[in-house]
Amino acid sequence: MIPNPEQAKTIIAKRIAAELKDGWLVNLGIGLPTLVANYIPEGVHVTFQAENGMTGMGPVPEPGKENPLIQNAGGQIVSILPGGSFFDSLTSFSLIRGGHVDATILGTLEVDQEGNLANWIIPGKKVPGMGGAMDLVSGAKLVIVATVHTEKGRPKILKKCKLPLTAHHEVNMIVTELGVMDVRPSGLVLREHHPDVTIEEIRSLTEADLIISEHIKPMAL
Amino acid sequence: MNKLAQKNDLKHLFRDGQTIMVGGFMTCGTPEGLVDLLVEMNVRDLTIVCNDAGLPGKGVGKLLKNNQVKKLIASHIGLNPEAGQQMNDGVMEVQLVPQGTLAERIRAGGAGLGGILTHVGVGTIVEEEKQKIVVDGHEYLLELPLKADVTLLYASRADKAGNVYYKGTTRNFNPVMAMAGATVVCEADEVVEIGQMAPEDAMTPGVLVDYVVAKGGSK
Repeated sequence: MIPNPEQAKTIIAKRIAAELKDGWLVNLGIGLPTLVANYIPEGVHVTFQAENGMTGMGPVPEPGKENPLIQNAGGQIVSILPGGSFFDSLTSFSLIRGGHVDATILGTLEVDQEGNLANWIIPGKKVPGMGGAMDLVSGAKLVIVATVHTEKGRPKILKKCKLPLTAHHEVNMIVTELGVMDVRPSGLVLREHHPDVTIEEIRSLTEADLIISEHIKPMAL
Repeated sequence: MNKLAQKNDLKHLFRDGQTIMVGGFMTCGTPEGLVDLLVEMNVRDLTIVCNDAGLPGKGVGKLLKNNQVKKLIASHIGLNPEAGQQMNDGVMEVQLVPQGTLAERIRAGGAGLGGILTHVGVGTIVEEEKQKIVVDGHEYLLELPLKADVTLLYASRADKAGNVYYKGTTRNFNPVMAMAGATVVCEADEVVEIGQMAPEDAMTPGVLVDYVVAKGGSK
């Protein structure tokens, strides 16, 4: 059975959280990726960066304890954990472009089997801008796309992105509620599937050509 | 040198058609009182360089609302619907720049560099009409410097010599923009006497700042 959209978000966030390693510096995009912070496995210590200028980003404070001078890149009031630091945009993007960020997790409009990503503009309709996304996708060591598998019934994982790209050949991994895929030189490899969903169902909801890993296994939910 | 000024004594600095940099990120670290001064003066046809388009009624969003902006150079405009509207209507030109590239272009402008080379944007529409340079087999885009006639700077605390200290995430684009403005005006939440700020706390050196005004100070 295909998970509903609410279940989907939790499945995706949990699965990505399990991918993060102890000691990593991680940047979470706005929306779905922020949920990943709720599921970091016990014993794994991950430092979160906010590209507006902070490492050690903590959760949204309790009501009454907000400091309006501590915000994340979405303009939301957050907190900073002990050991964290504040810095300017030059330092922040030196961390990002310079390969000091271990993983970036982003949502997307489209992603394709060659590792291309499109998430900053729908020409003539919606033009939010790229913000820090292009820098993050080009600079982080590991780029994970967090996305629902289909949007209004249409596949989001394509043979080739149609929208203007955020970056060319930079995505390493795609996690949806239906499976986990790696972008490899040979193509897009499905290596995990939702235990209640068949590989054929996943194929039918994916436009991209899927290579099925010899070691394919059910996702740990 | 005492750089403390009254906001209303700074009107001679602003004219129609200027390029103005405004610090802040989604208005966190934006000098709202200085933006208000531009709104009050109603200077027009401005080119604004800012991380974003502010929020409706806040930050540079106030300049947009008052139709004072001819061109906006920013990385993100999604949180202020007015910006997208003006862009689609052809009222305002918007140049979208990847955020790290925006910071580095401003740095180049303030640091005496002829440009910077970055891989960010290669293979996207950001590379259109830009020179590509190959270094060690890797492709980079040549991104050109940005400078401003005036920079509007925020400070959590400034001394009267113009040294600036930033709290929390208010720092963002402020320090780099302080280098790239021909004239730099700082609005401080708190102003202290010369000698009252530890030199180590001067995150932006006072030599870059021309005027300091106190937030909410007398006009």
